[in-house]
Amino acid sequence: MSPKNRLLVSVALVCAWLLIVVGVCGWVVWVDLSPDEREALVPIISPRGALLGAMLVMAMAVSAIVLRDLHRRYVAVPARLAEDGRTLLKAEPTRRLTADGNAETCAFVDIINALADQRQSLQDDVEVRVADARRSVEEEKNRLGALMSELTQSVVVCNLDGRILLYNNRARLQFRAMSDAPGAAGGGELIGLGRSIYAVMDRHLIAHALENIQHRLRKSAAQPVTNFVTTTRAGQLLRVQMAPVLGVAPEDGADRPVSGFILMLDNITRTIENEARRDEILHTLTEGNRASLANVRAAAEMLDFPDLDDELRTRFRGVIRDEVKAMSDRLDHSASAFADSLKARWQLEDMLGADLVAAAQRRIESRLSLRTKIEEVDEALWVKVDSFSLLQAVTYLASRLSDEFEIRELRFRLVSAGRLVHLDLIWSGQAMSTETVMNWELEPMRFAGENSPLTVRDVIERHDGEMWLEREKVKHRAFFRLVLPSATPQEEVTSDVYLKGDSRPEYYDFDLFSWSERNHEHDDQLLSELAYTVFDTETTGLNPSQGDEIIQIGATRILNGKLLQGDGFEQLVDPKRSLPPESTKIHGISPEMLVGQPDITKVLPALHAFAADTVLVAHNAAFDMRFLQLKEEVTGMKFDHPVLDTLLLSAIIHPNQDSHRLEAIAERFGVTVIGRHTAMGDAIVTAEVFLKMIPLLAEKGVRTLGEAREAAQKTYYARLKY
Amino acid sequence: MTQSKKILIADDEPNIVISLEFLMKREGFDVSIAGDGEEAIAKIRSDSPDLVLLDVMMPKKSGFDVCQEVKGDPALSATRILMLTAKGRDTEMAKGLALGADAYMTKPFSTKELVDRVHELLGLNA
Repeated sequence: MSPKNRLLVSVALVCAWLLIVVGVCGWVVWVDLSPDEREALVPIISPRGALLGAMLVMAMAVSAIVLRDLHRRYVAVPARLAEDGRTLLKAEPTRRLTADGNAETCAFVDIINALADQRQSLQDDVEVRVADARRSVEEEKNRLGALMSELTQSVVVCNLDGRILLYNNRARLQFRAMSDAPGAAGGGELIGLGRSIYAVMDRHLIAHALENIQHRLRKSAAQPVTNFVTTTRAGQLLRVQMAPVLGVAPEDGADRPVSGFILMLDNITRTIENEARRDEILHTLTEGNRASLANVRAAAEMLDFPDLDDELRTRFRGVIRDEVKAMSDRLDHSASAFADSLKARWQLEDMLGADLVAAAQRRIESRLSLRTKIEEVDEALWVKVDSFSLLQAVTYLASRLSDEFEIRELRFRLVSAGRLVHLDLIWSGQAMSTETVMNWELEPMRFAGENSPLTVRDVIERHDGEMWLEREKVKHRAFFRLVLPSATPQEEVTSDVYLKGDSRPEYYDFDLFSWSERNHEHDDQLLSELAYTVFDTETTGLNPSQGDEIIQIGATRILNGKLLQGDGFEQLVDPKRSLPPESTKIHGISPEMLVGQPDITKVLPALHAFAADTVLVAHNAAFDMRFLQLKEEVTGMKFDHPVLDTLLLSAIIHPNQDSHRLEAIAERFGVTVIGRHTAMGDAIVTAEVFLKMIPLLAEKGVRTLGEAREAAQKTYYARLKY
Repeated sequence: MTQSKKILIADDEPNIVISLEFLMKREGFDVSIAGDGEEAIAKIRSDSPDLVLLDVMMPKKSGFDVCQEVKGDPALSATRILMLTAKGRDTEMAKGLALGADAYMTKPFSTKELVDRVHELLGLNA
């Protein structure tokens, strides 16, 4: 029975008691009176019946007031204190109870607060020790994380369910490139801890590859890995190498079971495209020219016949001219259109130009004892080189200059020239003939103990470059100019990946390894073990059915009881309607900010993918869900996920609190509110509040998703309609 | 040679047709010409040539289709077919022969060899 009902019942009981006492007293006195006395009493009493009745009612009222006060002191205050105390016990150990009610209760509150202080200090002590112990584990994790992020290959580790446990930054970038979702969500809906790799890759393909690996493991193959090539939904080609993650060996000495797998991914779409283009060139140059050649050859052979009349002779010559011209055009076209594909047969690597020059300087100074200097180096330039052979060529040229012309210093200059880079080796001194240089270029490189079969020309050709000698007569200097292909700067780790929090992004969660044993029926799953997408929307107004629209969506994910800081979804949405100025005051989004943003038909599919396989959580979820559901028809995206509402959950946990607004709940749970009324800010606050609620719900016997939904439906707020 | 043999040249490229036409006429054959696959079929039916010089890459109907249709029709199957093609791959040659072509020559070819093959296919000894 609720405290309020208890108060009502008590008042009713007291009133009844008063009635009974007065009635019994009257009856006893009446029975005791003699008939005469009764006759005398009636005329005295009956005119004053109303007065007596009024006195009785007043007595009842006074008792009720006294009871209400007593109730407040001894029932309501303790009930609220009990709720606060439960919060203190389960969710918010830094919370302290506020003294209220009578002196005894206040004294009691003081004792509880003192106990809480004591517990706090003990807990702090334990936490320090736990933190110490955890630090070493964390260090190892970080080492692994650092190693992973340095890898130039994309790496994704999954458990047997295909859930992603770990991935590196390269993988994230690669998945982003594959994503067709707009803006901030790009890639985030494909890769993320706990997400399914099957969103990107065919389930059967992975199953097949795993089978291969199991097979190899049984045969004790030295390298139980398997390779395959697959296409993604976006049509990209991935070359994948898969290796098993082995679990702990069982006691009986049997083989270690496979507990997951590692995927190393290479996007080979570009490579394949290049190869396809190369094929195309070959095709146009062979088959394309066959017909023309046939025409020419036939016509030429006809010209040999002596019995040819002049008109035919002219026509055959015409055929030859036409066809030869057509073949020339085709050749020119192929050469220019496919120039890029014809290059780079050699494995050239991208290198920072300044690094190349520095390496050349070191080599020349140590091998040849020749002084070097930098004349000019563009620090921003990247070159595409086979650094070993190129350094060999540069050193070789320097050695010839040093041996035959006795130069004392060699200067370097590295400048950009359109898509090319000029690397100049400059020296001052006597002029040399171009023939001499030509000879150097064509001789195998032999110098200072090195003996290469390659010539400088070979090396230059390998780079699809050029080289020549130029003289600066005024300065009495000359230089070799090596023209090399430039490279686009290598992608640095993009900073926005780290923007979401100051700590390293949570790229791994090994707790997911144990997921496979769990029951997948969501309703029976424990709240503490589910994956959640906590989201919030900002809208043009409160009435979706009257044309109000979503203008911003923010979402974050909870996995294994942790808020994933780096894994967010934040997107402005073009509402395709005007924005009421009064709504701007609430969410701070102005119409200009929405210009050029994707509309809801683009954003909801991305949100849907982001929220795949999770439970949706929102504060006052009915409101947000109504907006999403009204768009089902337009977008074809059905948000039929299980939904939890923190407003309803708060009402389950704290039925005696006045307010269940997000701010009030956050304050109760000691959650710092930052950036309220942005979709992302509210989503994060909601998520943090929700995490604090899970243990308190368990206290109330609400442990599984099914129980939470049932309890929420019963609360008063569930009957509110939007 | 009692009666001159009839030859159909089916090719959409006038630059080769002019040479082939001259060459075949010079050998004393009765020459007709078709510029695409459909015309080739029509002329094979109407003129019933003894041999067709059939290009593979033609508009409307490819040489392969024409070949298949001719060899599938008992009334026409006696027509000799010499396929001429710019496709140099073994697989395509195999396809042509599998579809019933009597011979297959890859462009560019020697005109002398072509004449020899034509004679051979028509059972004439040059």
